[in-house]
Amino acid sequence: MSANFYFGVEVFLNGLMAGVMYSLVALGFVLIFKASGIFNYAQGVMALFAALTLVGFQNGQIPFAHLINAIFGTDLHHFGWHMPAFLAILCALGVMILFAFLVERYILKHLVNQEPIILFMATIGLAYFMEGFGDLMWGSDIKKLDVGIPQGGNIWLEENTAFLGGEDFYGFYLDNLDIWATVLAAILVTSLVLFSQYTKTGRALRAVADDHQAALSVGISLRSIWVIVWSIAGFVALVAGIMWGSKSGVQFSLSLIALKALPVLMLGGFTSIPGAIIGGLIIGVGEKMFEFLIGAPFLGGATENWFAYMLALLFLVFRPQGLFGEKIIERV
Amino acid sequence: MNAIDSYLTPDGRTIGAPVMEMKNITLRFGGVVAIKDISFDIREGEIRAIIGPNGAGKSSMLNVMNGFYHPQEGEVHFRGEKRGPMRPHQIAHQGIARTFQNIALFKGMSTLDNIMTGRLTHMKTGMLSQIKWWGAAQREETANRELVEKIIDFLEIQTIRKTPVGRLPYGLQKRVELGRALAAEPKLLLLDEPMAGMNVEEKEDMSRFILDVNDEFGTTIALIEHDMGVVMDIADRVVVMDYGKKIGDGTPEEVRTNQDVIDAYLGVAHD
Repeated sequence: MSANFYFGVEVFLNGLMAGVMYSLVALGFVLIFKASGIFNYAQGVMALFAALTLVGFQNGQIPFAHLINAIFGTDLHHFGWHMPAFLAILCALGVMILFAFLVERYILKHLVNQEPIILFMATIGLAYFMEGFGDLMWGSDIKKLDVGIPQGGNIWLEENTAFLGGEDFYGFYLDNLDIWATVLAAILVTSLVLFSQYTKTGRALRAVADDHQAALSVGISLRSIWVIVWSIAGFVALVAGIMWGSKSGVQFSLSLIALKALPVLMLGGFTSIPGAIIGGLIIGVGEKMFEFLIGAPFLGGATENWFAYMLALLFLVFRPQGLFGEKIIERV
Repeated sequence: MNAIDSYLTPDGRTIGAPVMEMKNITLRFGGVVAIKDISFDIREGEIRAIIGPNGAGKSSMLNVMNGFYHPQEGEVHFRGEKRGPMRPHQIAHQGIARTFQNIALFKGMSTLDNIMTGRLTHMKTGMLSQIKWWGAAQREETANRELVEKIIDFLEIQTIRKTPVGRLPYGLQKRVELGRALAAEPKLLLLDEPMAGMNVEEKEDMSRFILDVNDEFGTTIALIEHDMGVVMDIADRVVVMDYGKKIGDGTPEEVRTNQDVIDAYLGVAHD
């Protein structure tokens, strides 16, 4: 086998791992969309906010320090502690659950039975509010996030696969962070599926996703289900925030990963958890392989920026419900 | 009715004290009066029907009973107590289950899972204790599962236990929906047009199930129906509504000979 072939395999593997990262973001969208029919525009910002909060707790930043300083002329910035990563993650999770509770209390509760477009608009408002609020609370500078996940190339894998190719081949290069992300995503998805299939609350979640009125009639409280769903979405956002934040720093552009989730959703279907996973993998592998096989040699490269959207567009034309989405049939 | 605590049906069942009393219920949507000053009661162990032409306000009445609508005037008494402002899911926990005119099942879930959701009001274990599979949550699931299997046997739907209900034919979906309501072991079962859109055979099946439910589990049932013939056969007492008003109340024989009812069904001009 030629070194070029192995390089292709490496590109493929890297594509899979990039795909996992996309899936992580898309998963948050699907969870909320399934349970409440809301396309949550704020999912990306939630990931940013979760990551900001995590870094803030870790570094012992004082929330709203800039605001307090500006008003009272003080000079606050840090509490002066350094919180262990695990504890900080728990605290950030607590904040996301509190956030879910507030969203239900102050937004969703007042919009029950409204058109989906109105709920969508509300989440756009929510996204901009959170963006500003996150900045105000933790400052807008770029922050480094390190929760102890190893980064850099996996040397063991590289050394142990080097023998496969000839002299030009030095073994597969995979980033440790990506490997960790894959493992974590697999655990996350498995536990979500187990939770929704085999627990009472999971059954209630699926019931609400199918029919609100019927769910009420069997005694399910929509409001508590929404809090649970938004908490889970907040948790997924936190995981995505940790992964993307560790990779490229915690900054405003983190919220734009939501844009990458859109084509994933169009491919996988808005209502399917396996769809979000497989859609993410297809996009991840697709864009890397396309760049490797066609983009770089024939089109002058940089195809990764638009490949996903192009694929989504094709899907919209030929299979609008996505690979796993439910086909919507309206009875006339 | 009056102060009598119980009465005997022609077939010899004893009907007890009122389970639910509707007192002077008025429901308006903006300027439209859907229900106007209606009172009646539903007694323990009886099959109570609400009939009336299209748009008479029957479904609105059922929605008031299970809390989807809140009447502007009047009181609902359930098991002797006046009901305060409650949400539909809280009312479900009080022991009122219902079915819907346009079947409202959880389409992606299996027959078994659908009927299991009916048990939710009887499940006590919290969110966190479910994380561990074993122990309380597991025992609870098994116990509930037994009752659900009984209901499945009772409704003769064993063969479709694992089928996603979205794929079932209409008549069977109606039966699954009845099963889900039964699983709640309700104190009061509300059926919204249980026989709508069914053929003669399916109607007969459904009538039999309703009678059997009442007979075997002693469930109090209130049902809305279009089909006069079926109602007269299975109901103990009938409320007749027309244009949001009550125009008749009594046994099927009494209602059948009531001139107002005959007029409403034959379409005599209103003044």
